[in-house]
Formats: sequence, structure tokens, C-alpha cells
Amino acid sequence: MSAHIRLYSPQLTTVTLRMTEAITLSAHNICRHYGQKQVVQNFSLQLKRGEIVGLLGHNGAGKSTVMQMLTGTLIPDSGTVEICGFDLKMQPRQAKACIGYLPENPPLYRDMRVDDFLIYAARLHGVSASQLPDALAEAKQHCGLQASGNIIIGTLSKGFQQRVGIAQALIHRPQVIVLDEPTVGLDPAQIRDIRHLIGELGKTRSVILSTHLLSEVENICDRVEIMQKGRLIYSDSRARMQQLMPIGGNIEDVYAHLTKGEAL
Amino acid sequence: MILTIARKEFRSMFALPSTWIILGALQFIFAWFFLARLDAYLQVQAQLSLVANAPGATVSVAAPLFGTLALMLMMIIPLFSMRLLAEERRNQTLALLLAAPVSSSEIVLGKFLSLMLFMAIIIASCTVMIAILGLGTQLDFGLLLANFLGLLLLTASYAALGLYLSALTKQPIVAAMSATALSFGLWLIDIGSEDNGNLLRAISPTVHAQNLNAGLVASSDLMYFILFIGTFLLFTIRRVENNRSYD
Repeated sequence: MSAHIRLYSPQLTTVTLRMTEAITLSAHNICRHYGQKQVVQNFSLQLKRGEIVGLLGHNGAGKSTVMQMLTGTLIPDSGTVEICGFDLKMQPRQAKACIGYLPENPPLYRDMRVDDFLIYAARLHGVSASQLPDALAEAKQHCGLQASGNIIIGTLSKGFQQRVGIAQALIHRPQVIVLDEPTVGLDPAQIRDIRHLIGELGKTRSVILSTHLLSEVENICDRVEIMQKGRLIYSDSRARMQQLMPIGGNIEDVYAHLTKGEAL
Repeated sequence: MILTIARKEFRSMFALPSTWIILGALQFIFAWFFLARLDAYLQVQAQLSLVANAPGATVSVAAPLFGTLALMLMMIIPLFSMRLLAEERRNQTLALLLAAPVSSSEIVLGKFLSLMLFMAIIIASCTVMIAILGLGTQLDFGLLLANFLGLLLLTASYAALGLYLSALTKQPIVAAMSATALSFGLWLIDIGSEDNGNLLRAISPTVHAQNLNAGLVASSDLMYFILFIGTFLLFTIRRVENNRSYD
């Protein structure tokens, strides 16, 4: 039905979607190999507005590769990615304007000041000059960077650099936010702050984050997707995952059970 | 988008102390050559005034100075082109551009434009020195304009070449060395062969700049430059686009 509508009236589709549960990101059967090695196989995922999805897996399970493909920095061998109704391959400009992406290593120009960098990121994502001051203030306020505008990024601590990286992903108010290991290398207080921020963002937009920390998933995600060797091996809501598994109440046991004998 | 990227790159060049040092040193070198040329001209000027149709100040002072600048371009440009893409890849900041709603050609053209703007400052500072001659004598503006055009095209050629080499590696220093080596190689082809009709000479940018240096604007030279610049910019765009296919 929805495909039928989309064919004839893209505008109507967005309206219909917004009224029901809007799907902001949908990946269908994406595959990717590096050399001989198949890194991601038939990965499919749908993300709704107001949902926080955790992508869980060992190091090397293909999480970062998936995120690169969802954001258009890496082209999949096959499969399609659609963001807010725009095909990432056919309409990259419109699709990418709807995504905010924090890569594994935050893409920060160390010799720039925080404000200059954020303004540059906003302009790149097509924020108009009139909206720029508001967008900048909002992103800085979200990430607790109000007092850091004039500081050169290279002199900031790791935690604050991570915040600048997140602010960069938020500044154009994207519908879909893709965060690759957002809390890695942070101290416990910073981790708590950032989780709180992600929780706030997840109320109005879609967030997908990758992690290998189970506590992160337990604390903030609505849904868990577990990856292993480039495949999705398990997918369910966090609550159900905790209830249904017979081997124990917590995610760690479930995770250990699912990835049994396949460590690293 | 091109302008956004160009402006950012342009500003970040001036954030580096080395930029200011190089600019200062260059200005000193130009002034030195300028004075030496002017001095030599003043010594022979008395004799020149006896000759009919003698060469004027523009031919004797301005053209050689621009010729020197043209030679120095192949050392200066790699210093600034090397960082443009190599450093983005090394620091993994290219992801910001690749994830933004910006095409690969906009990324490359933005960076190319920033380098051209920066080099325009260097060329302009040299031109201003020569324009000062206008206070004391009459200048041949046609020749000056041809020289200016020649320098601009030569700059664009080296910039496109340097940008491509910067896209090939993650190490800025490798990009700089290979760009210098290649542009020197192209220059050696020029000075190495006596024979004007040698086909190989035609691939050297300096050969084509010489005509403009002498005040001759030939469409074949312009065509050569456009092809040279276009080719390397296209290679660079391809290379940046490949970053989306291979990590």
C-alpha cells in the first residue's frame, strides 16, 4: 500500500507516515566485502521516529562498516538504504541532509575553534545563514559546550572532543542520528551525560548507536540488534529480550548465549 | 557548497604560522629579484636610449621577474596543496565531507578554489611591486596582462597536479615531494631539449607559459592548460569518489 502511494505522490507518503509510525531509516539487504572477506551480509534494518536502536557486537563484527554504509560514506556492494523516503544512492543530497553521523573517530579539525567548526559543519549540511545562530546555540546547549565556543578543538579533553563530534552530528537537526561508539574513552560522568543526551534525542528523532558495552544497551536503547560476523543474529526490544530468554534475566547472559563459542 | 569549503580551507591556511613565514620569505625573495633586475636595467638604460626600438621597463624588469615567479611556483604550490586531501584522510576528517550532502566534485573544486585564491595573493603581491614602476615610467599593460594570465594558468596546473597527488596518499609530505618531483620533471623536459619541434616538449606546462611570458596569447597554449587542469581535477574527483568504494 505504502509503496503504491509513494509511486504516485511522495508528499502524501510522508504525511501518512508521520501520522502513523514514521519510518525514518530503512536498510534492505546491504552487503559489503573488503577484498576476499565478506564484512557485512544481507543486513536489513528499519528505524522509526522516536526510537533508539543499539547495534551490539564484538570488535570486527561489522558495526562500523554498517554505519558507514547507512550514512553514505561507504557504498554497499548491493542492497538499498532509504532515509526519510530518499534513496541514498539515487538522491544522496536529500537523503544525507536528514542524517547526522558521528564516526568512530570524530572528524574534528584540531586547529579550528569549536564555534567555527560547528558553523562549518552546519553550512556543509545546508543550514541557512538565518538559522545558523539558533542551530549553533541549540547544538552547543545540547552537548554542554556553551562555554567552549572559543576554544581550539585540539586543546580540548577527549570527552569534550567527543561532545563536539556529537554536536557536529546534531547541528542541522537531522531526523536520523547515527553514532558509532559514542561513549568510548569517556569517564563515567561524561558517559552518563552523553547517555542522557541520547535519551533526550531519541524522544523526537531516530537514533542508532553501535557499542560493545552491554550496559549502554540496557540503559538507553529501546531495541537491540546483535551482529556477528557481518550478520544480524538477533533483534528484539530490550524488554522482551530480558523477559523471554530462559537462561537468565539479563542481557549479558543472552548475549553470551547468542554468540557462544564465537568470541572475537 | 564549493564556496563554504573554499572559505574554510582558505582560513585554515592562515591559521598555520608556517604560511605567514613562507609568505614573508617569498616577498623578500621577490623584492630582491625585483631590485636586482631594476638595478641592471638602470645601468644599461643610458645605452638603451641610443638604440631605436629599445626594450622598455616591462620587458626588462617585469617579464623576467614573472619568469622567476613561474619557476618558484613549482616549489611553493606543493607546500600548500599537500595538506588539502592527504591530511583529511590521515586525520579521518574526510568522513565529515563524505557524510555531508556534498558531492565529490564540490569537495575537490572547493579545495582547488581555496588554493587558487591563496596563490592569487602571492601573484598579486608580485604584480603590485611591478605596478609601482608605473610611477616612474610607462608600462606595457598588454604584456603584464599576458604574464598575469600565464602565471594564473601555470598556478592552476600545478595546483590541480598537487591536489591529485594529495588525494593519492595519506602522508602530506609524500604528496608534496611527488608534486615537486613531477613538476620539476615536466620543467626538465622543457629545458632539456633544444629542439623546438620536439613533441615531448609539448607536455611541459612551462613551455606553454613561455609564450605568455613573452606576451603571446595563443589559443593552443590556453587549450593545453585547460586540458591539463581539467584532467587532473577529474582524476582527483574520481579518487575522492573512490574513497566511498574502498575505505
